[in-house]
Amino acid sequence: MGQIVAYIESYLGSDKTPGAAGNMFWVLVYIMLVFGGLSVAVIAMNWLERKILAHMQVRLGPMRVGPHGLLQPIADAIKLLLKEDIMPAEADGLIFWVAPFVVVLAAFTVFVVVPFGPTHAITDMNIGILFMLGVSSLSVLGIVMAGWASNSHYPLIGALRSSAQMVSYEVAMGLAVVSAVLMTSLNETGTGTLSMIGIVQAQMAQQEWFIFKFFPLGLIAFFIFAVAMVAETNRAPFDLAEAESELTAGFHTEYSGFRWSLFFLAEYSAMIAVSSIAVTLWLGGWLRPFPNLHGPSISIPHYWPPVDPTAPTGALDLVFSLFPGVTFLLFAAMCFFNTARMPKHPLFKIQTMGLAGFGVVLGLIGLALFVPPIRDRVEDIFWFSAKVAGFMYLYIWYRGTFPRYRFDQLMQMGWKVLLPMGLGVLILTASVALLQPMIWHP
Amino acid sequence: MAPVATPFFFYLLSGIMLIGGILVITRKNPVHSALALIVTLLAQASIYLMLYAPFVAGVQIILYAGGIMVLFLFVIMLVSIDRSVRERQFNSQWVVGLIAATALGGLFIAVYTKGKDIFPEHAMPVVENDNTQKIATMLYGQYMFAFEIASLLLLVAIIGAVVMAKKKI
Repeated sequence: MGQIVAYIESYLGSDKTPGAAGNMFWVLVYIMLVFGGLSVAVIAMNWLERKILAHMQVRLGPMRVGPHGLLQPIADAIKLLLKEDIMPAEADGLIFWVAPFVVVLAAFTVFVVVPFGPTHAITDMNIGILFMLGVSSLSVLGIVMAGWASNSHYPLIGALRSSAQMVSYEVAMGLAVVSAVLMTSLNETGTGTLSMIGIVQAQMAQQEWFIFKFFPLGLIAFFIFAVAMVAETNRAPFDLAEAESELTAGFHTEYSGFRWSLFFLAEYSAMIAVSSIAVTLWLGGWLRPFPNLHGPSISIPHYWPPVDPTAPTGALDLVFSLFPGVTFLLFAAMCFFNTARMPKHPLFKIQTMGLAGFGVVLGLIGLALFVPPIRDRVEDIFWFSAKVAGFMYLYIWYRGTFPRYRFDQLMQMGWKVLLPMGLGVLILTASVALLQPMIWHP
Repeated sequence: MAPVATPFFFYLLSGIMLIGGILVITRKNPVHSALALIVTLLAQASIYLMLYAPFVAGVQIILYAGGIMVLFLFVIMLVSIDRSVRERQFNSQWVVGLIAATALGGLFIAVYTKGKDIFPEHAMPVVENDNTQKIATMLYGQYMFAFEIASLLLLVAIIGAVVMAKKKI
């Protein structure tokens, strides 16, 4: 018994991730946390996408189930679980059955190396970014399997389109990633790293996000990745694989109920996964904005500086550490504001109370985030999630504004624009990295 | 990180590889064969991971499972499966296959019985933490020439493919 407790406690206070420290208990806890958080994020994305798209098109969006349609995703999930599971008579049974699981597995496995903070990752791998690109490229297999096994015309064409698209955009994406990985090697030893945590630490050591490095080279590489990642996840304006005006729903036309919802889950978690690659490589991962500015050192009794003696103690650090709590308090304030605006009819009584209760929960979370031990542990997770959330909003924005590309335009863009640009940026980055020490430090 | 339950995972992965390999040559439907080959390649990548070669494992997943096999499937899916399933295979080469299998089996048995003389006595030191960096210094240092020759070969193959596919360049 004592041994077990000692084993569990052996990880606490470590500066490594649980996987790197080899502590199975905390690895399991982190896996539960990450996958639970991911599922909640997908549910929230479902609601947000419908709401934001609706407001962009001057509609209301879901309003019926729960206050402002907040319970709509849950109602949808129940509907999908209760729906009849249909398999076409001529379908290839086993492959039809396995395909959704392949897609979900590929989309979820990549989160093993996503660094939410210097210690907040399931594990840290020497080949982190390679692992993420490799495993997320496996999801195309599931799409191809689904399209072929349905034994129907629309899914087959959708699967062919999507695999051609994903294979071609992977090349441009890889070149952009390589130029960012190259930037990690600009230190005294000249050794770069592929580890996700190592890449963020390299940005910390160089005091610069890679998007601003060698301006405008980092920015161009980031742009190539940002375009390729939308194509990789088959989202608008590159959603030819499920172009509803031509192919009904593309590769998942024949799927219904629970299996369809697995494709949905995989699509959204793949979006979160590629966004976290972009955040890690170019936007400084868990680092807060302006990580090199600290301001004058101050101290407030019982509140500041943090317990950890190595943590910075500046006034700006204090201000930025209050952001998570303030954000949640703002969410709570929005809930209360809308509670006051709810219709006063007695039929809306339960909904009004529910919205107020949700506001109270958000406010309590916000207040808890001000408590010093929680504040110090949560800040990095908050900044990482906030950056990823920015990308999620961009995805919805693209869908609301850009018209869909034609297939030949898509291929032209991938092979004739992004690929040469990626090669050029890679060569230029390497040349500048070689020349820079000779010119500035002779 | 130290591996957990090494023998269990080794036998599990080898079993998956063997079953996958057998399925590749026994399935009549080419799509099923290709998918079995993917399972085999993924199990092989996991065995590379167990051998402390994470970089090779990652490259195996990206290139074989994610790239080459997707293109394989892409082509196979466009072929009419119904006909190829009904057709009798006419190119069965039992004699050559048997000779190759016996030669390979003999090699395996020889390695198994004389393994003590061939392999080093102790396990190699683990270099997991800088595996990628080690491979890079070897490829771009000691084996630079071989590496460049290989990339030249690939370039020739790419140009050849374009020339064959395009009638008018």
